[in-house]
Amino acid sequence: MSILFVLILLSLLVAVLFLMAFFWAIRSGQYDDDYTPAMRILFDNDKEPAETDKS
Amino acid sequence: MPENVIDAIGTTCYHCGEDEGTMPVLYDDKAFCCEGCKMVYSILQENNLCTYYELNQSSGISFKERSIERYSHLDNQDVIEKVIDFSDGIQSRVHFYLPQIHCSSCLWLLENLNRLNPAILQSRVNFLKKEVSIQYDQKETSLRKIVEMLATVGYAPALGYDKLGEKRSSAQERSLYYKIGLAGFAFGNIMLLSFPEYLGLDAHTEGDFVQFFGYLNLILVLPVLLYSGQDYLRSALQGLRQKHLNIDVPVSLGILALFGRSAFEILTHSGAGYLDSLAGLIFFLLVGKWFQTKIYHTISFDRDYKSYFPMASNVIRNGEEQSITLDDVEVGDELIIRNGELIPADATLLEGAAEIDYSFVTGESRTITVQLGEKVFAGGRQQRGTIHIQVIAKVAQSYLTSLWNEEVFTKRHQVGLTSKLADRVATFFTGVILLVAFSTLVYWLPHDLSIAFNAFTSVLIVACPCAVALSIPFTFGNTLRLLGNQHFYLKNTGVIEEIASATHIVFDKTGTITTNRGAVLQYHGTPLSKEEHDLVLSLAHHSAHPKSRQIEKTLKGTGSYLPVRHYQSHTGEGIEGMVLGRRVMLGAHRFVMPSSGKTSLERGTWVCIDDDVKGCYSDEAQYRKGLSQVIDLLKHRFKLSILSGDDDLEAKKLREVFGHESNLRFHQSPQDKLKAIHQLQNQGEKVIMIGDGLNDAGALKQSDIGIAVSDEVNSFIPACDAVLDAAQFIRLPNFVRFCSQSIGIVYLSYFVALLYNIVGLSFAVRGLLSPVIAAILMPLSSITIVALGMGLSSIAAFRLGINGESTQEDDQGHRSAMTFVINQG
Repeated sequence: MSILFVLILLSLLVAVLFLMAFFWAIRSGQYDDDYTPAMRILFDNDKEPAETDKS
Repeated sequence: MPENVIDAIGTTCYHCGEDEGTMPVLYDDKAFCCEGCKMVYSILQENNLCTYYELNQSSGISFKERSIERYSHLDNQDVIEKVIDFSDGIQSRVHFYLPQIHCSSCLWLLENLNRLNPAILQSRVNFLKKEVSIQYDQKETSLRKIVEMLATVGYAPALGYDKLGEKRSSAQERSLYYKIGLAGFAFGNIMLLSFPEYLGLDAHTEGDFVQFFGYLNLILVLPVLLYSGQDYLRSALQGLRQKHLNIDVPVSLGILALFGRSAFEILTHSGAGYLDSLAGLIFFLLVGKWFQTKIYHTISFDRDYKSYFPMASNVIRNGEEQSITLDDVEVGDELIIRNGELIPADATLLEGAAEIDYSFVTGESRTITVQLGEKVFAGGRQQRGTIHIQVIAKVAQSYLTSLWNEEVFTKRHQVGLTSKLADRVATFFTGVILLVAFSTLVYWLPHDLSIAFNAFTSVLIVACPCAVALSIPFTFGNTLRLLGNQHFYLKNTGVIEEIASATHIVFDKTGTITTNRGAVLQYHGTPLSKEEHDLVLSLAHHSAHPKSRQIEKTLKGTGSYLPVRHYQSHTGEGIEGMVLGRRVMLGAHRFVMPSSGKTSLERGTWVCIDDDVKGCYSDEAQYRKGLSQVIDLLKHRFKLSILSGDDDLEAKKLREVFGHESNLRFHQSPQDKLKAIHQLQNQGEKVIMIGDGLNDAGALKQSDIGIAVSDEVNSFIPACDAVLDAAQFIRLPNFVRFCSQSIGIVYLSYFVALLYNIVGLSFAVRGLLSPVIAAILMPLSSITIVALGMGLSSIAAFRLGINGESTQEDDQGHRSAMTFVINQG
């Protein structure tokens, strides 16, 4: 049964990792603007590189 | 270009979508309404940015109503330092507010700025805030070049006077997320670790586990108490220092009792403690806090004149024109003010025809003609041509800006987040809790020390007014959102309470109860024949004066243009000319009837044909639709007043609408308005001021709740507590009523919370409060309160017609006005 002590600590460690991931997300500004990225994702990548001749 | 191509292209501008019939400019097989639009197109095309047009059709910004700004002041090192957010000597970061941002094309173009200027390293747009943040290489480019580039493609940044010295801070917003995250994490884990205890862990055989879980919980809860919960403890301490019981005092009492009791139990191995309840409590409180702060990104409630003034002005120094910041404008400087520009400081007119619109400052709608050598005041807008003026007072000491030096603006009278209602309840609660707790202690003390201690802390724990603390954030937060959906934007939840307890409503006239939109010219006098109509229309066509434009617009539909000969324009007086051999004059009363003397005060644009004065065109104040309904409904509950900067021509009409009890005052200067509000407050009234322009700014600030009415919610709003979309004006009575009902809902929630507390206390005083009961009772009461607050406020909104996305139709407003009557009856 004493293996449980280790397992519980391990599970807690995993939870802490997720908490850290959440903090990182906040710090990197992901919660500052939750509207613009939804628009940004719809842009296509450029069909032609800047060098090509324009019509 | 052959004719048929034009047909194929269509009649709207490829860049801005303007539809003016024929498109004068053709380029690359596309039609443009002006050279400006064509230029932007050619720039974008050269740089391979035509995706701009593919994302949204005709997404460009029209160049029609834009004046060319000068940005030479942006080369000044002092200015650069004040404007940019950050610089490390190599790279700089700056953010601009671009009011033109409106679609995904804008977003796309602004995030691809580096194709227009390779020195731009990164540009990011925040769409809701209409902001772009640009990182650039300061060796390769300059701030001025970037701003000029933005202006050329149609996104001239808003560089107001307030941009100098404004710095960005987003740390505050983020800390709440950290706190919620941490509390949620701890809450979940502590609950998980407490489960065995709930299910009955045998303390003898599995004692190791009990202790292990206990210590883990204690470690987990410490950051929650010290970081996530610190605001509550601090606020309570601050309240106590100021000898003021706020809602955080009983909450903190509960938090500390929970922690102390639990820590004691865990450390002495006498129990499992109530740490799950503690973490849950703080978690719920923080979520409530997050819920009640709804931020309207594009609405600023704290603007002062600085936002409206330009950052720089054009001055003549050493014989040449320079652009300098307003801070550097000195007395004696000669400024050049172009058509449509704002006069930044009090000055005398040196040169040019000044026709100044002071509506911005005074709310009065007519333009004033200023003679050479006369004074012009800061805040006036030049309406035609260029003038030169000599500054006689610094910007900060000018007439308009001096209003902002009034006491009201310097002290922080603001409706805050702290709720007076909650604080009143807190005083009551704290008293009752302490009374019950100590009587329990006194009752048990002679019998059993441990039960006494147990019961005492249990009372403090269970009576913690967490439900009370949750009721206001969720109910008011929901109210705020529902009203926001209807285009009535409140600064924060505190405004709801203030509105509900107001006793007196003061209206401004121009722009508030009258509408600026579609102001119609009314003709008074001898009726004009069809032919005479055409004469007037033809003459007006030749003048660019706003009044002539207005007349032309009014007559355009029915008339036809005739050739005008001997056209003459008399500045500040009027215009004349010969049409079909008849002499037509249009202008001020003193112009068409010189005999009446120079001082004639007759308003309007007069028409004179062949020396016969026919009549005049005047712009009638048009009252907002449904004004009388709104006033009738408000009359029952509030005392009403009008404070108008205009003259009293409309007094009789207004008296009919507002009734005899109300107080109507005219010719009020901004200062007068402020004082009038102050007087009312001294009489014990709680005043709502409803106004629009900067001339109401003082009154809006002085009043208990300042509501700004605006046709265009995103611009030109003076500092206020709430913003009402002008189209929703008719629903104001309903909005006010909804605020009152929200208060009622909060009271009801308090009552329900009290019931829960009585149940909890009945366990607590007997010393029977087990962690399981606490763990069930506390979240249950919180959830009930949240559901009750949100549900009832939504139902109330539905009954008042404040639901769904707002429609601008009139019948909707009418229907909800009817609902109001029914509910009142």
